[in-house]
Amino acid sequence: MLKYIIRRLVMLIPVLLGVSILTFSLVHLIPGDPAKSMLGEKATETQLELLREEMGLNDPYIVQYGNFIGKILQGDLGESIQSKEDIAVEIAQKLPATIELTIFAMILAMVIGILAGVIAAVKQYSWFDNVSMTGALFGVSLPIFWLGLMMIWVFAVELKILPPSGRLASTVELETITNFYLLDSILSGNWGAFKDAFFHLLMPGLALGTIPMAVIARMTRSSMLEVMGQDYIRTAAAKGLKKQLIIFQHALKNAFLPVLTIIGLQFGFLLGGAVLTETIFSWPGIGRYVYQAVLARDYQIVQSTILIIATIFVLVNLLTDILYKYFDPRIKYE
Amino acid sequence: MKKRYLLMFITFLFMVALVLSGCTDDAGSGSDGASDDANAEDQGQADEDEQADEGSDDGNTLIFGRGNDSLQLDPAAVTDGESIYVTNQIYDTLVQYEEEGTNVKPSLATDWEVSDNKLTWTFQLRDDVKFHDGTDFNAEAVVYNFERWTTSAEFTYYGAMFRATDDNPKGIIENVEATDEYEVQFTLSEPNAPFLNTLAMAAFGIASPESIEKHGEDFFKNPVGTGPFIFEEWVPDDSITLTKNEDYFGEAAKVDEVIFRTIPDNGARFMELQAGSIDIMNGLNPQDIQNVESDENLQAIYRPSMNVGYMAFNTDKEGPMSEKLVRQAINLAIDKDELLKLYEGIGKPATNPIPPSMWGHNDDIEDYGYDPEEAKSLLSQAGYGDGMDLVLHTFSNPRDYMPQPKVTAQAIQEMLKDVNINVEIIENDWDTHTSGEDMSYDMKFLGWIGDNGDPDNFLYYLLDKDNATPDAGNTAMYKSNEVHDLLIEAQSEPDQDKRTELYMEAQEIIHEDAPWLPIAHTTPPLAANKNVKNYVPHPTGSEPFNLIEIEK
Repeated sequence: MLKYIIRRLVMLIPVLLGVSILTFSLVHLIPGDPAKSMLGEKATETQLELLREEMGLNDPYIVQYGNFIGKILQGDLGESIQSKEDIAVEIAQKLPATIELTIFAMILAMVIGILAGVIAAVKQYSWFDNVSMTGALFGVSLPIFWLGLMMIWVFAVELKILPPSGRLASTVELETITNFYLLDSILSGNWGAFKDAFFHLLMPGLALGTIPMAVIARMTRSSMLEVMGQDYIRTAAAKGLKKQLIIFQHALKNAFLPVLTIIGLQFGFLLGGAVLTETIFSWPGIGRYVYQAVLARDYQIVQSTILIIATIFVLVNLLTDILYKYFDPRIKYE
Repeated sequence: MKKRYLLMFITFLFMVALVLSGCTDDAGSGSDGASDDANAEDQGQADEDEQADEGSDDGNTLIFGRGNDSLQLDPAAVTDGESIYVTNQIYDTLVQYEEEGTNVKPSLATDWEVSDNKLTWTFQLRDDVKFHDGTDFNAEAVVYNFERWTTSAEFTYYGAMFRATDDNPKGIIENVEATDEYEVQFTLSEPNAPFLNTLAMAAFGIASPESIEKHGEDFFKNPVGTGPFIFEEWVPDDSITLTKNEDYFGEAAKVDEVIFRTIPDNGARFMELQAGSIDIMNGLNPQDIQNVESDENLQAIYRPSMNVGYMAFNTDKEGPMSEKLVRQAINLAIDKDELLKLYEGIGKPATNPIPPSMWGHNDDIEDYGYDPEEAKSLLSQAGYGDGMDLVLHTFSNPRDYMPQPKVTAQAIQEMLKDVNINVEIIENDWDTHTSGEDMSYDMKFLGWIGDNGDPDNFLYYLLDKDNATPDAGNTAMYKSNEVHDLLIEAQSEPDQDKRTELYMEAQEIIHEDAPWLPIAHTTPPLAANKNVKNYVPHPTGSEPFNLIEIEK
């Protein structure tokens, strides 16, 4: 098992190398000029030329790539072309925001999705099945942009029960330690901030969790249906075991593998793909960070951050694979 | 049996925890550095902090919502409006614009005089001003700032306004000297008429030399000036907090705290305003103006116009666009009044490159007007009576001078169809649009927001042959020697009446040559709660907040 994990971790190197080459080529392929983007429309040609030289933008691509990789290997993510800020510092602020939101969204998605899926499978063709699966269909097809704005309209503007956007009200003080606001407020025993941060999480969490929730519910249902038809379930029922026990113990555990795959993939996907949610809910996370960097042609941010996201994505997948073993002991990793 | 459930639950928690802890290691080391910084700040400003806390309890905090975060809080190093908005509160300039126009009045300098040959400017400075870090403001500080701006190409505005080059990083400012503790003297290499107005630009805010030295490369996130508000905290992409400067030499701020919040989506930001979680916002969708006007709790505030949105013709490109007749014909083929309907009441049709409120605007020039028949006859005179294909470059996101670029392009496409011109629209994001790499356009949308209220700032940058390169402002690549001579003469002519005449003449030539279709001058809207009083928007795009009051 340990050998397997080590091997997977070693595999990370060629993956990241590939990712770095790909992102490097892509950002340099988009037309646009970081120097111009940084100096703005008012810059003179002399200024632009000086800055391009200074930033090494006139070097051959291979040299630029070499510089980038060289720095990364020394653990230096570089600094933003536009804001001059150290990218490591920025990521340390933004990644926790995204992970906090993603975990919250995934918890919502998993709890509601799995429950709905199981009930829908057990009571196939019941009203619950029909309603929840139609709901799931809506869930996967709803544009987050629309859903998010509608939620703000209903809960913040009309009902005034939830804050419209952001991570924390501007009047609430919180000492940041890890930049996971829920965790920070617990660590510093600041319950007012905890409550405020939690309320700020609700809407974006639900908006972000909607699609995974729907996907998980549908996958759980179909997977459960397949398992519920197996002989051993019938045997268990014939033995007179309690229904709940059969469903959650015998069936769900075996039906869970494909669901787990989906969860792993969705989790990784949300980490990098929460741009829309982060934009609507003014969530200062990593998705928006990269998106803005692409718009501003901040090559350094795009390259470094995508490497980090790719690493996390691979690690989450590895974790999923390891968890397989728990759910299906027949799986062996050599 | 129950154990099994428990085990499943624990696995689940474990999974979450693993992901969490895997990342906190990364995050932990980085954020330590950040919080150290923050702590250092806190100690220095503990007193203000307390006041600010009390202030926000009273609700005496102004929360300003905008679409983008600031890039850097060093005004000399940026040109984006969102950085300038904030630095305007923290820094003062030697002279400042009047509240409602671009005439200048005293600020850090109380008095000034210029020598007869217009080359030496002497400023008397205030002797009662301290920077936020407690150090004294004096002539040496001014000299330090001006010298600093010549040290790197990154100080965009210095280079652009004073024409610094690679060989001559000082540009037209030959020397800056402290002639007394509170007297500073500028020696120019040539007379420069807009000089005083330029000094009032927010970009030339005077920063504390000691803090610049202390923070070095990190100065952009530790701004220290003399302005009505003191920098307190910056959470990137989220908020910037400033507190009132009790010792401000001018009129002290009426609010205790200003928070700039970044809310990227225009619609979401408007809902924040409706929900009452922000007091004022910019970047209102034109479609929402009606909603603001009809909401009894809200008010719309229109910024006076000092901008122009236009469609440049690529006069350098072989083919129809190099023909004056064709450019005039397109001017005649566009129904500007119809086009302006897309501006939801915030646009006035443009005749000249400079806005009508600015001095030097030639009111005698009559717009081409809408006359498709005349357009057709000009086109056949030019030999294009059978029609032609043109490419129009436009951009995706709205800008102050063009709230709906895409729809405007489509409207022009329709209108030109009537005169047998087939337009292909190419839409790009802003950076691609302005990159200057692709010069294949026949027509291109662009605009300009004035910096210092001087016609030179429009005409020279946008239409002089000096700037007719892909990277500079003259997108039409318009190269008129006559216009060039007039504009250069006007730059060094000290007498404003004579300058006015020169600009009038230049505008006539430009009108005749038609390198542009001037489209509109806009009054970009802000929306605010009704209880926000005394918000006077300035034509340059941002204003100090010290006079703003929040009525209880």
